[in-house]
Amino acid sequence: MVSLLKSIINNVLRKPVTRCYPVERRNSFAGSRGHVEMDPSTCTFCGICARKCPANALTVSKEPRSWTLEPYKCIVCGYCADICPRKSISMNPNHGLPGGI
Amino acid sequence: MPGSKSIIPFGPQHPVFPEPLQLRLMLEDEKVVEALPAIGYVHRGIEKLAEKKEYTQNIFLVERICGICSFMHALAYCQGIEMLMNVTVPDRARYLRVIWSELHRLHSHLLWLGLLADSFGFESLFMQAWRSREAVLDIMEATTGGRIIISTCIVGGVRRDISEELMAEVLKTVDALERDLEIVRPVVFDDYSVKQRLVGTGRITSEQAYDLGSVGPVARACGIARDFRETGYAAYKEIKVTPITETGGDAYARARVRIREMYQSIDIVRQAVRDIPVGDIAVSARGNPEGEVISRVEQPRGEVIYYIKGDGTKNLERLRVRTPTFANMAPLLAMLPGCELANVPVIVLSIDPCISCTER
Repeated sequence: MVSLLKSIINNVLRKPVTRCYPVERRNSFAGSRGHVEMDPSTCTFCGICARKCPANALTVSKEPRSWTLEPYKCIVCGYCADICPRKSISMNPNHGLPGGI
Repeated sequence: MPGSKSIIPFGPQHPVFPEPLQLRLMLEDEKVVEALPAIGYVHRGIEKLAEKKEYTQNIFLVERICGICSFMHALAYCQGIEMLMNVTVPDRARYLRVIWSELHRLHSHLLWLGLLADSFGFESLFMQAWRSREAVLDIMEATTGGRIIISTCIVGGVRRDISEELMAEVLKTVDALERDLEIVRPVVFDDYSVKQRLVGTGRITSEQAYDLGSVGPVARACGIARDFRETGYAAYKEIKVTPITETGGDAYARARVRIREMYQSIDIVRQAVRDIPVGDIAVSARGNPEGEVISRVEQPRGEVIYYIKGDGTKNLERLRVRTPTFANMAPLLAMLPGCELANVPVIVLSIDPCISCTER
């Protein structure tokens, strides 16, 4: 263990690599798959996203118009955003709080 | 009473196990004479579920077989489907697959190093390894959007490209990682205390390793030069990989193989970033898979085998996965008899067990 001693002393003298969460939060990267967002103004409620969702997290109905995402089922894969024909669904890089609060 | 036998249930909940595995250890004093495994604690029925989902949805499902080698699971699955559907993946996508595969290998080996160090109580080495691993996870999130389950492999290519700026970041990360490894390598290779715990622990012979069907670093640590990347899937045709072997067959040899493999992975990432061609990252795959195929990929723990049977519909008829830890379970049981109880965690961690993979 002596061979790691120099490194251990360096670590003691350096700033910690951990953060004081939740006071200091980690920023997401630009392309992170944080959470799913839908723009209702462009959505045609075609339901392709609901049919293709690997986790069955989406429910879409044309009449009455509704689009529901179950946050506990969503695996944030971004497949819905990829296949949406109108590009109404997008991935927000910021990670949502647990349960989509 | 000296000489009497007792059975100790080792696991499924044990401080050194990241995942539930039970080993029923028959002890004679402090010495293990027999080990019986009991698995099934994290069985999720993924293979059956894969028959219910569409073959495109299964990519996200198979990634969740195991968090640590998730990309390689998706890669093996996609390569199998591509073989069935006669899809040729663009060159750039093949190189991107190699880059992400090797980043996965790096973070998997760093995770293993931390867990192994933890198993013999070397906390500072554990934290040193996991701190380095964070940098790899960060670059994976920056390039793919996910830290571990990166979900970039699709049938016909990949979903995301890596820009020039991010390629530079990848190189910067592996350079920093190489500097970190230079601190860790002498500790694992030469430190007196570490060698006291690892040398001679859990030794199996080359013949045993071969007969019991061991794969990956467990086989390579016994001198069996077998690495599935040699067959040239993805861009390994252009990027040559020579299997890293040791001859000890003990926990120390397995540790050496994995540490040396990290350096190899860094070199492969550098080579892939240097040689990556420009072009498309995916081709569209039309139709449904029909026929049966076996797809094999070298994961950090060894070779994974995917058997895929399609019947021309969007659902598969059968998906069967043989994961590396399952193959390494028989050699593990050969390593345990004769060892001291205190060495059991070290031996188990030396095969880098992934129970989620094994049970699916």
